[in-house]
Amino acid sequence: MNFRRLWAIMLKELRQLRRDRITLAMIMGMPIMQLVLFGYAINLNLRDLPAAVVDQAQTAGSRAAVQDLLASGVIQVAASAQSPQQLVDLLREGRISVGIAVPPDFERRKLDGREAIQVMVDGSDNVVQSAAAQLAQYPLNQPDNFHARAQTPISVVSFYNPERRSPVNIVPGLIGVILTMTMVLFTAVAIVRETERGNMELLITTPLSRTELMVGKVLPYAAIGLVQTTVVLLLGVWLFRVPIRGSLWDVYLASSLLILANLSLGLLISTRARSQFQAMQMTFFVFLPSILLSGFMFPYAGMPEPAQWISEALPLTHFMRLIRGIMLRGADLGDLWHDALALVAFIAIMLTLAIRLFHKRLD
Amino acid sequence: MTELAIHVRGLTKRFGALVAVNGVNLEVPRACVYGFLGPNGSGKSTTIRMLCGLLTPSEGDIEVLGLRVPEQAEALKRRIGYMTQKFSLFDDLSVRQNLEFLATVQGLSRQDTRTRVDELLKRYHLDDRQEQLAGTMSGGQKQRLALAGAIVHKPELLFLDEPTSAVDPESRRDFWEKLFELADAGTTILVSTHYMDEAERCHRLAFLDSGNLVADGTPKELTDKLRGRTFVIRAQSPRQAKQALDGHPDVLSVAQIGNELRVLMRKDKVTVDDLRNAAGHADDAMEIESVSPNLEDVFVVATRKHAQREEQPA
Ligand SMILES: Nc1ncnc2c1ncn2[C@@H]1O[C@H](COP(=O)(O)OP(=O)(O)OP(=O)(O)O)[C@@H](O)[C@H]1O
Ligand SMILES: [Mg+2]
Repeated sequence: MNFRRLWAIMLKELRQLRRDRITLAMIMGMPIMQLVLFGYAINLNLRDLPAAVVDQAQTAGSRAAVQDLLASGVIQVAASAQSPQQLVDLLREGRISVGIAVPPDFERRKLDGREAIQVMVDGSDNVVQSAAAQLAQYPLNQPDNFHARAQTPISVVSFYNPERRSPVNIVPGLIGVILTMTMVLFTAVAIVRETERGNMELLITTPLSRTELMVGKVLPYAAIGLVQTTVVLLLGVWLFRVPIRGSLWDVYLASSLLILANLSLGLLISTRARSQFQAMQMTFFVFLPSILLSGFMFPYAGMPEPAQWISEALPLTHFMRLIRGIMLRGADLGDLWHDALALVAFIAIMLTLAIRLFHKRLD
Repeated sequence: MTELAIHVRGLTKRFGALVAVNGVNLEVPRACVYGFLGPNGSGKSTTIRMLCGLLTPSEGDIEVLGLRVPEQAEALKRRIGYMTQKFSLFDDLSVRQNLEFLATVQGLSRQDTRTRVDELLKRYHLDDRQEQLAGTMSGGQKQRLALAGAIVHKPELLFLDEPTSAVDPESRRDFWEKLFELADAGTTILVSTHYMDEAERCHRLAFLDSGNLVADGTPKELTDKLRGRTFVIRAQSPRQAKQALDGHPDVLSVAQIGNELRVLMRKDKVTVDDLRNAAGHADDAMEIESVSPNLEDVFVVATRKHAQREEQPA
């Protein structure tokens, strides 16, 4: 490998990229847009969710507790109901997102320190679910309440989505999703575009080696991937207070592994795709299972076994485990070495395949 | 000029059932401008691509600059320049950036790259537009840039695939001046073209037709073979005369050019009177003149002869 030639290819790619406004806009726009979209879903400061209240206790204490919840501004009474069953019906009909039921034995439960108010939420809606979590934190500290153990006497029952996901889970995962979408697509398209425009015939008639050509073309995108990672991290920390409990160095190392894995996959796609459109189709073919099976949307443990096999073959799955471990649990890369190793193996296989399948020929 | 730059035996390329190039033998001497002629789809680009090692031949042996292709194609790529039929430099890079890229990729040092690019910009009249994006240039400018790009590393052998399509006659003449400069400096040039005036400038020529090499030699050798077989007829009603001649067994082809008919006979030693008889005395005012054959005639004869040979065994 000759570094002057490698640099020539990289420089050319960067110069072309600078003139490609749409791609540039995508590079920066995609992380910001996705983060804002998902950010809305994980925004904890929601207001005025349609709600209904059933107070079966009808004591001074229960009325005050309901008033307190309403005063939080998160919910607003939108329908009336007489029984908890009616609340469930209203929820199903979609007329309310939150139902509040105060059981007849409210005062006794409170004294016993048991859950005294039930908040039913439409768990099919992420937004509502996080709002309910917020309601549950709401302290029912009335003056006549001397029982310190009853700090959180509200139980949250999530309907339609028994698996409650913490919003902080989304932002680390989002780094992976954005990198998977952009890195695979950009590389695949970048090489197929040379073929489509006829530049490839020029490139393969020069002494450029296959490795120089492929590596030189994808390295600029690796830098772009790191920029995207930084954007998501900054916005995630700044807007949504996502914690980074592990080391930042490990976060970038894990991201680099995912970037390289996706670039190699993009290269492999580019050796097979005949047009930019085909490259996009193939990218999508990989992207969809990545989103669904990597653990970003649905938990890995709940998948049927065949889905788990596919999941294990996807780089995003391993990255999800790495990044959640590092950012949320404060693990280091050494603790999670088998997922890191899986990514390294993926890169090695894809890159070898891509370089072997790419020929400096037209047929 | 005994040493050969290109030596090809029985070169064949099939795309599925289509035989794009069929058993071509080719010998191109060094420092020669070698013309490749043939209609659309005759296999010119395919042959050139095989010679550069970009396509794998289905059959046949290729030796270019003493290297076996495709086996030693990588070594060959340092010593050849190839100007593709379709503009293949980067539309979204400037003229200078394109040339600098190619120079670096061809292994020129930083210092050499600068001087070489400056020299080429000047020689090909591109120095006042070196910051312009290649994609925004005119056809003639693009073609000069592509030529500059193909010779940035001073290759011994240059392949030019229809370099002058979409270029006006004036620019075409300039372009050929540049080619001869290169040939004088010792570069071997293989150039494909549709234009007969360009073909006449070549040292040697090969005619391709549906993948077959149907004639080759110097322009003079090729036209001399047809001496005595070409005539021009000026007639009152050229269409009528053409109809009469078209069916005649001795007439190979009749082409109308304005008010004149250009007639090509099957055999030589034809006299003006023979032809007048053949035309059936349709027109007494008809003037018939024996003219010297040109390369277009060579091409007509070569392709017809080939078509007949194909028919006979059937
Ligand atoms: N990659 C390919 N796959 C299938 N057929 C091909 C391929 N490349 C060329 N051909 C066919 O081979 C034949 C020769 O094509 P080629 O491009 O060599 O012609 P050409 O002489 O360069 O024509 P033109 O003057 O139009 O450029 C054509 O019939 C073409 O359709
Ligand atoms: Mg062609």
